[in-house]
Amino acid sequence: MAKLLKHILLDILNNKIVIVYTIVLAAFSWSVFGLEDNTAKGILTLLNILLLIVPLVASLFATIYLYNSNEFIELLLSQPVKRSLIWKSLFAGLSGSLSIAFLLGVAIPVLLFAELSTALVMIASGLFLTVIFVSIAFLANVFTRDKAKGIGLAIMGWLYFALLFDAIVLFLFFQFADYPIEKVVVLLSALSPIDLCRINILLHLDVSAMMGYTGAIFRDYFGAGGGLILSSTLLLLWAFVPFYISLIRFKNKDL
Amino acid sequence: MIHFQSISKKFGRLPVLNEVSLTLEKGNCIALIGPNGCGKTTLIKSLLGMVIPDKGDILFNGQNIKGQEKYRSQIGYMPQIGRYPDNMRIAQVIDMIKQIRPSSDLDNDLYKQFDMATMTDKRMRTLSGGTIQKVSATLAFLFRPPVLILDEPTAGLDPIAAEILKEKIIAARNNGSLVLITSHVLSELEGLVNRLVFMQDGKVLLHEDIETLKATTRQSTIAKSITALLKNQLNG
Repeated sequence: MAKLLKHILLDILNNKIVIVYTIVLAAFSWSVFGLEDNTAKGILTLLNILLLIVPLVASLFATIYLYNSNEFIELLLSQPVKRSLIWKSLFAGLSGSLSIAFLLGVAIPVLLFAELSTALVMIASGLFLTVIFVSIAFLANVFTRDKAKGIGLAIMGWLYFALLFDAIVLFLFFQFADYPIEKVVVLLSALSPIDLCRINILLHLDVSAMMGYTGAIFRDYFGAGGGLILSSTLLLLWAFVPFYISLIRFKNKDL
Repeated sequence: MIHFQSISKKFGRLPVLNEVSLTLEKGNCIALIGPNGCGKTTLIKSLLGMVIPDKGDILFNGQNIKGQEKYRSQIGYMPQIGRYPDNMRIAQVIDMIKQIRPSSDLDNDLYKQFDMATMTDKRMRTLSGGTIQKVSATLAFLFRPPVLILDEPTAGLDPIAAEILKEKIIAARNNGSLVLITSHVLSELEGLVNRLVFMQDGKVLLHEDIETLKATTRQSTIAKSITALLKNQLNG
């Protein structure tokens, strides 16, 4: 695995997009903390940017990289290499390099400016989002051979989770306001990793005005401590279940 | 050495292989021929585990290859159209494969004869079809594999390179390797292969010794024997 991973990481670095991504993230974080004197406000601004950018870059870059790796996969398959090993190395390479980019770009300024515990939750959320959206990209890849379709799926997935989801939940809540649907809403929020991350950070920051509807209910139900554990478990599931499904399909795929 | 046991494969609704059973023994150089789309490449890919058959088993040295990968260290494969990562250089590709398949006994003949050392810095996407074939051939022979699978090996190669490759194939056969070649140019198989497998519509129609084939059809070349055979079939 180490040999394969080395080649994949070198190839990703060669690509230079990850380096640009690191620089963009760093520029955002440093300028946000430079402009805001209130750190909590700075964290919130950064949070809103990150919740959009990290999933977008992770899913798009991973999807396109995977489609471009078809040749690499084919070359290795005629060699004595396990199929699952190829797939796992690609996953480790992509999520690893994007996570390092996030750490270099965001973690350093956040650790410097924000309170330690807040910073750690923020960093963990960013890493989760990176891995989760790489994982979703892997799932999109095994479901269609067509590159344009695969990238389209990735963008749709991002649009859905980043923009549509909270709106849908809010809409449902107003439609069924007369019924006790709080539990359903909590359940629904588990269906969006971005929402889960937002809840995770906001529960920690104690800024209920910014929470969005699902977050407010989440807090009501679980209180800060329990909610954090539950949402982290759900995030872990989000990170590995899509990848696991893609792995099973990849093992039986014709190339 | 290699047994295909009633292999069937469909791509969507289209049947590509239909109950193919075939036994290949080592020390033979076998030509796999048949019209376009008859399932040759699919058969080869299922042997390599790239395509997974819907039904049937493939035994390699008595072991079922399903879900296995170690047996592939016994195989050198040269694809019909070699596809390599665009951004990698020739040297990187060769180094990577060497790292994945560690071996102290490397066969660098083709590397030298194709003069690869002069172009190791070139990126794969800039290579011509023929040069890609040279890289594929070098990789296939590099590890002195007991089984060689060559899918249209000389297509796209210049006459000199094709000749070098043919001599290499003969040398491998004389060393006791099992060589499986697909080709549409029947004349170039002459003197190279000693057995012939003819496929059509996903079935093996014929698996015969070349000499026997020539004797029964009373023809002097492979091409003529096949034509005679097909004519006989058409006439009933």
